[in-house]
Amino acid sequence: MLLNQFLILAAAMFSLGIYGLLVRRNIVLILLSVELMLAAVNINLIAFEAVLRTSEAIGQVFAVFVITVAAAEVGIGLAIVLMIFRNRKSANVDELDLMRW
Amino acid sequence: MSFADWIGAPVNWVFLVVGFLTLLSALKVVTAKNVVHAALFLVAALGGTAVLFLMLSAEFVAWVVVLVYIGAVLVLFLFGIMITRAPTGKDVGLDSPNKLLPALLSGATFLLLGWASLDAFGSTEIADLGEATSTEVLGLALLGRFVIPFEVVSFILLAALIGGVTIARRDLSPLEEEERGAV
Repeated sequence: MLLNQFLILAAAMFSLGIYGLLVRRNIVLILLSVELMLAAVNINLIAFEAVLRTSEAIGQVFAVFVITVAAAEVGIGLAIVLMIFRNRKSANVDELDLMRW
Repeated sequence: MSFADWIGAPVNWVFLVVGFLTLLSALKVVTAKNVVHAALFLVAALGGTAVLFLMLSAEFVAWVVVLVYIGAVLVLFLFGIMITRAPTGKDVGLDSPNKLLPALLSGATFLLLGWASLDAFGSTEIADLGEATSTEVLGLALLGRFVIPFEVVSFILLAALIGGVTIARRDLSPLEEEERGAV
């Protein structure tokens, strides 16, 4: 196995996440795209760990941290979505122009 | 390493199949017209990454992905989709009409990242991995060298829990609060 095959797969996944982030208009779908990007980052961390083989598995520890923070992000993100939906009756980001000058 | 050598190793066939399915699911996540389908394709994409983690001997992280992402986060997403009554029918303006610029930007990102990794790690090989990284090693690292980040992350989770409850809670009207107080 080459290291590059994993890095390029992760790069493709990250780019798809960026595309989804910019194209989607529903907030929940934007959060899904962010999850995709975080998963791509995790692939990179694990692949580098497999090459370096550190004695404390540092790459895997970092991947666990990324997963934890992603879980917290989804929880808060969906709570905010819920609140926005309750107040504006919409989950479309184009309609959320309250703070637009 | 020639291409013939590369394709000769069975592990690379597994990689090709899993990688193709993962990327296909990731593509469907960002293009699906149905919101629930997009969330379910994310399950497939994350399942693919879990298999890749197993191939890279990261056993514990693979099962954490399955438990946390596929088990908990996806349920939360489906819950969010149901609550916000996201339109689940055919195309109802889920996507911005301007798709060319995002496509160009993500294509440029892919080319840049791909070029950088080809340039830097052109022939770096992942040696025979042997046994999977044991959970013991990971646990000792988490509670040894990384104990302070570990505690900080646990604090983040606590803050997210309390924050989520506070944000999503419906405030009572003054009348309702009076009724509660009277009881």
